[in-house]
Amino acid sequence: MEEKIYARPKGLQPNINGYCPGCLHPAVGKLVMSVLEEFDLLERSVMVDGIGCAASNRNYIDIDSINSPHGRPCAVASAVKRCSPESIVVTYQGDGDLASIGLAETMMAANRGDNISVFFINNANYGMTGGQMAPTTLMGMKTSTTPYGRNAKEHGYPMHMCEVLNTLTAPSYLARVTLIDVPHIRKAKEAVRQAIQHQLDGKGFTMVEFVSNCPTNWGLTPKESLNFIKDKMLPEFPLGEFRNR
Amino acid sequence: MERVVMKGCEAIAEAAIRAGCRFFAGYPITPQNEVPEYFSRKMPQIGGVYLQGESETASAAMLYGAGATGVRAMTSSSSCGISLMSEAIAWMAGACLPVVICNVMRGGPGIGSIQPSQQDYFQATKASGNGGFRMLVLAPSTLQEAVDMVYEAFDLAQKYKNPVLVLADGFTGAMMEPVVLPPARSDAFLAAERKANEAWAATGRKGAEKRHRIGCGERPGAPHIPLEEKNMLDFQMYESWKTTEVDYETYLTEDAELIITAYGVTGRISRSAVDLLRRDGYKVGLIRPKKIHPFPEIAFEQLDYSRLRGILSCEMSIPPQYYYDVDAVVRRRTPIATCLRSGGQIISRNAIIEEAKKLYGAK
Repeated sequence: MEEKIYARPKGLQPNINGYCPGCLHPAVGKLVMSVLEEFDLLERSVMVDGIGCAASNRNYIDIDSINSPHGRPCAVASAVKRCSPESIVVTYQGDGDLASIGLAETMMAANRGDNISVFFINNANYGMTGGQMAPTTLMGMKTSTTPYGRNAKEHGYPMHMCEVLNTLTAPSYLARVTLIDVPHIRKAKEAVRQAIQHQLDGKGFTMVEFVSNCPTNWGLTPKESLNFIKDKMLPEFPLGEFRNR
Repeated sequence: MERVVMKGCEAIAEAAIRAGCRFFAGYPITPQNEVPEYFSRKMPQIGGVYLQGESETASAAMLYGAGATGVRAMTSSSSCGISLMSEAIAWMAGACLPVVICNVMRGGPGIGSIQPSQQDYFQATKASGNGGFRMLVLAPSTLQEAVDMVYEAFDLAQKYKNPVLVLADGFTGAMMEPVVLPPARSDAFLAAERKANEAWAATGRKGAEKRHRIGCGERPGAPHIPLEEKNMLDFQMYESWKTTEVDYETYLTEDAELIITAYGVTGRISRSAVDLLRRDGYKVGLIRPKKIHPFPEIAFEQLDYSRLRGILSCEMSIPPQYYYDVDAVVRRRTPIATCLRSGGQIISRNAIIEEAKKLYGAK
């Protein structure tokens, strides 16, 4: 008798995603949907996404979704949660969305302690629009708008959102994870579980930051992009739980 | 029915609550601060949600989120604040969300002044955001109308699944006068509507055959169609309003040789000017749109232009804006003059009377 031991999460549609080869976005989407399925929350969950590559995720999930203006997911999600407290409300945002145009919305939802779970995909550039500089772009990194590399005098330094939000009192869970290998994927999944459990417990604002990749705009093969995360991104964006209470 | 003396902004908020508004997000800006302040007091008492946004941009995004859950929801702001909200207003129109927005107008452009004006007519009726969408725009001239229009706005929003704009001004927002408050929508009515809205709201599938997607170009509860087809459906709805939603007041127009036309508080002042001119023997009448979108073209088409000496178009905006819609429908069949103030200055009845007499000529 055959036994199915690994299957596509029920929260994902049975279609092929359109992310670039090697991109970790689909892995994040799959993790979040697996955890919602584990908690038996798919029928109660709403995903709020913004603009950019992160917004494409809504085409592949199979739960209620709200696409919102660039940078505003945390504001939208705060209102959804308050109007529909029984819903599990999560956002799915890239670095330009969450840390640049939506910085105020992110900070203030965190500061209010709104009971939502934020999934933040940090790949150090604006992927959808062709790889421009993001707040998280590494020093010296060449992008389509930093053709000579990011330099401190002109562009300042990469923003560390977990550390920034960790200065606030209200957030209940903040973690930075990555997906470069199986052990890290397991830790990432545990962080997603924590975030959802905190929301179920009514503890308030939670965020999981995924240090991710962008093989296309980084000009690297998928494998090289994982090495780039390990060698360049992780020294700048250290992994770990910043807040868990 | 309850008759009370209230301040404009508070009456607007109370009317909204009675209409069943259970979500309000806003950001402080004069001259509408009493609206969010009133909601912040009342919402906790009635199980509603009050949320102070970190900006107008965020407040309107919050309204978008609340609208997506199917609850009756509202925001208010003033002029430059509405400009900041234009992003989410376009999104709410794009996503067919039934929400209410109130603009208590102040002087402009930009920060302008905190005093009353009518300088957002184009913004309200032509382009409250990108993409060419339209809204029903209700323009109260008295506190009673403000109350009645806010109350009606929630029903219109639900009916058309489109944002509705109440375009008030700082004068109406700040004054006090007696109003008859409408009866509060019952909890049973609101629960039934919320339940019906679950057919499209995004609060979790709850066993629904298909998930619900809210977003620009989506039609809540209906299949996805190409954007151009959605644009065409919206266009059809806007055109249908020309027969279903036109709303205006005419006053003493039957034998009038001169028409004064104005909306909002200027319409109220103009009506008073008509009374004084009539007393002095001038055959003057008034056309006052109650909705400025759709524009009441029919009111001007029904005039007997062979009898008219002219039309005086009055508004608190320099350069004029409302005037151009009047001009477009009158098509040079009679001279049009203007009586204008701007930048926070209140138009005076005497100024309207003087301009009307000039245009009227010898009795």
